[in-house]
Amino acid sequence: MSAALSVDGLEKAFGGVRAVDGVTFDVASGELVALIGPNGAGKSTCFNLINGQLAPDAGRVTLGGEDVTGRPARALARLGVGRTFQVAATFASMTVRENVALALASHAGAATSLLAAGLARFDAAADALLDRVGARELAGRHGATLAYGDVKRVEIALALANAPRLLLMDEPTAGMAPRERGTLMQVAADLARRDAIAVLFTEHDMDVVFGHADRVIVLDRGRIIAQGSPDAIRADPRVREAYLGTDSAG
Amino acid sequence: MTAGAFAVQLLNGLASASSLFLVAAGLTLIFGVTRVVNFAHGSLYMLGAYVAWSVAEALSATPGASGLGFAAAVLGAVLAAAVVGSLVEVLILKRLYAAPELLQLTATFAIVLIVRDVALAIWGAEDLLGRRVPGLDGSIPLGTRSLPEYDAFLIVAGPLVLVALTLLVRRTRFGVQVRAAAENRTIVAALGVDQAKLYTAVFALGAALAGLAGALQLPREPANLAMDLSIIADAFVVTVVGGLGSIPGAFVAALVIGLTKALCIALGSVDVAGVEIAFPKLTLVAEFVVMAIVLAVRPHGFFGTPASLPPSTPLAEQRTLVVAPGRRELAIGAGLVAAFVALPLLSDEYSRVLATDILIATLFAASLRFLMGPAGLTSFGHAAYFGVGAYAAALAAKQGLPMLASMAVAPVAALAAAIVFGWFCVRLSGVYLAMLTLAFAQITWSVVFQWDAVTGGSNGIVGVWPTGTLADATHFSWFTLGVVSIALLALARIAMSPFGQALRGARDSPLRAEAIGIDVRARQWAAFALAGAFAGLAGGLFAFSKGSISPETLAIPRSVDALVMVLLGGLNATFGPVLGAAVFTWGQDLLARATDYWRAALGVAILVIVLVVPNGIGGMWAALRARRGSA
Repeated sequence: MSAALSVDGLEKAFGGVRAVDGVTFDVASGELVALIGPNGAGKSTCFNLINGQLAPDAGRVTLGGEDVTGRPARALARLGVGRTFQVAATFASMTVRENVALALASHAGAATSLLAAGLARFDAAADALLDRVGARELAGRHGATLAYGDVKRVEIALALANAPRLLLMDEPTAGMAPRERGTLMQVAADLARRDAIAVLFTEHDMDVVFGHADRVIVLDRGRIIAQGSPDAIRADPRVREAYLGTDSAG
Repeated sequence: MTAGAFAVQLLNGLASASSLFLVAAGLTLIFGVTRVVNFAHGSLYMLGAYVAWSVAEALSATPGASGLGFAAAVLGAVLAAAVVGSLVEVLILKRLYAAPELLQLTATFAIVLIVRDVALAIWGAEDLLGRRVPGLDGSIPLGTRSLPEYDAFLIVAGPLVLVALTLLVRRTRFGVQVRAAAENRTIVAALGVDQAKLYTAVFALGAALAGLAGALQLPREPANLAMDLSIIADAFVVTVVGGLGSIPGAFVAALVIGLTKALCIALGSVDVAGVEIAFPKLTLVAEFVVMAIVLAVRPHGFFGTPASLPPSTPLAEQRTLVVAPGRRELAIGAGLVAAFVALPLLSDEYSRVLATDILIATLFAASLRFLMGPAGLTSFGHAAYFGVGAYAAALAAKQGLPMLASMAVAPVAALAAAIVFGWFCVRLSGVYLAMLTLAFAQITWSVVFQWDAVTGGSNGIVGVWPTGTLADATHFSWFTLGVVSIALLALARIAMSPFGQALRGARDSPLRAEAIGIDVRARQWAAFALAGAFAGLAGGLFAFSKGSISPETLAIPRSVDALVMVLLGGLNATFGPVLGAAVFTWGQDLLARATDYWRAALGVAILVIVLVVPNGIGGMWAALRARRGSA
């Protein structure tokens, strides 16, 4: 069976700089993979090539065997890709329930109707989805008034609204208080394993990476310099040298 | 046409390009540093022309000083524009730098209204012809034709100013600050540059350039009260094509636009496959086509980048929850309808006319509010669709179509126009969008104005009266009430429909909207088209209610009327449009009968709204109620 996400020979250059230079890896269903590397290693570029924000110069991105290279984000959403952003993106002028209902309606192809009465028929499903990410109590709250940690939880619900096969999380815990980070990742990890969602995430917080990833891929100067289990990566001298620094690895 | 005549036309185009560049350079310079698009830039240009006229006249009466006339007039214009520009910056814009760009743009438009009335008060409504410039009043022979010396002077003046500006920006300390501010405002502050002074200085410099352009234009075109909006539309086209914030871009774009227009005039009437095309009448269409092509290929112009656009600041009301109208609103709505039904029976003709005007204005405002609220797209040219609807209905009626069929043509024609213009508009956002909508509206206005044979030019179309039972004034006011009520209900329904919610989502977070599978651009395009169609319907009603229409129906001031009504009524209040339309229409009527300078009064009122109650009366009401509720 083909992997949930398969990245093959991805390349992207900006001017003369090869930001991503022949990156190849797979992510299996139910597997959490962390993509890490020092600043400028090409993580963000690589991520944006996969999520459709950038078109690669060469290489392929396939989802369950289907070539999706260069497809725009909204097309990927329909093919079962859920996303969270480094700065959480939710709809500030709506209630949390409306946020999720809109995402569910869009997935059901019901967000184009001009004269239907609102999104109320998705309310129950929205509440159920909020329940799954442990944010049911936020349902009636106004998006613009939420604390950032809550916005992040709502965002995960939005990302799951299209019942994704693949969840892409860009710096999922950035901007959060350290105590909240573990909880958020645990929610994502539990859901991914239970529903066999493949998860690819970038992350700066090494506690989050080593605490939750099944596998870690290390990028440096646009190339993969190591990949393997958290323990193997922790012990890998190349990674220590390129990224972690010999002191902070322990 | 001979080669000589052709060459003269092209040189003429270069001269026009020079003055266009001077105006656009100031506009783009100010934008680069302060991130404000100054709608009043054309007003500074107009002031420059008037002041130059006054100085030249004063000196010509002084014996012995007439030789200095031209130089003194130019200097006077430059100084006057710089002073007025600085005052505008210090007194008004300084308070709005952190405000949503919609409020900045609206404030600068209020200044347009005020300056126009000030000019009217000082110089009167007559066009004022400039004197010929001593020493530049001859002409240079070119084959069988000749080029005015003054045009040759302008052709040189443009590049000279480009070089001077480039040196200023590249070689001086002031220039370093300007470039730094354009690239990173935080760093400029951190470096200890007095930002307030820098902004005022840049504003003064940009205004001075506008004044210079106005003064230099005077020998070619008489000073007149329509100069402000006609030049600002051209300047917007040039800045958008050249790339916002880029001075070389403004130069290249001015050349391209100036030469394209010259080429149209040089071509004259050409017989293409049996159809005679009069190119000299197509200069404005040509300008539009050039802009359309550039924007389709490079959405941010020749030298612009997406990154040079500042992030858009949403209005506070665009972040508040929107609650679907309930029973209470339904009751109020029913009460309003009953009042409008009763009014023609109970009162005099004046109230009936005013009530019909208010109803039509309400639909016009509601269509714009749909665009600004759920879709988050601000249009400074919404009157284009109102006017296209009005003209389409009037023309259809003149062709002998029954009244109701003519009425039906109005929204369809406006929809078609909005589909075409909207395609470009939704590719851009923030200030670019505002400039583009205004430019399109001005182009539509010019086409209507120039196309005598069809639109009746400046006279417009007269004798468009309702027929049959609707010829009765009371019946017509009920008809208007019925059409407007149904249209408002439809708009309200659409705003709360899944489509409306998806639009709000796209406005709140385009990134998230795309990530959940919403095609943001397609939705916004549809919203733009819908808003245009509803505005067109209002325009159709307008044509039949007034019996005649003129180009004023789609002029820029009418677009701003709609904007003011929306701001007055608030973006979210259920009855915002009718509240805004009633206050505005009634107030304007009172003002217009009290003073000849009602435009200035309106300008002052707009400034008060923007500076004091940016959420409008409707927003203020909601805030008061919320406060009372929580207390």
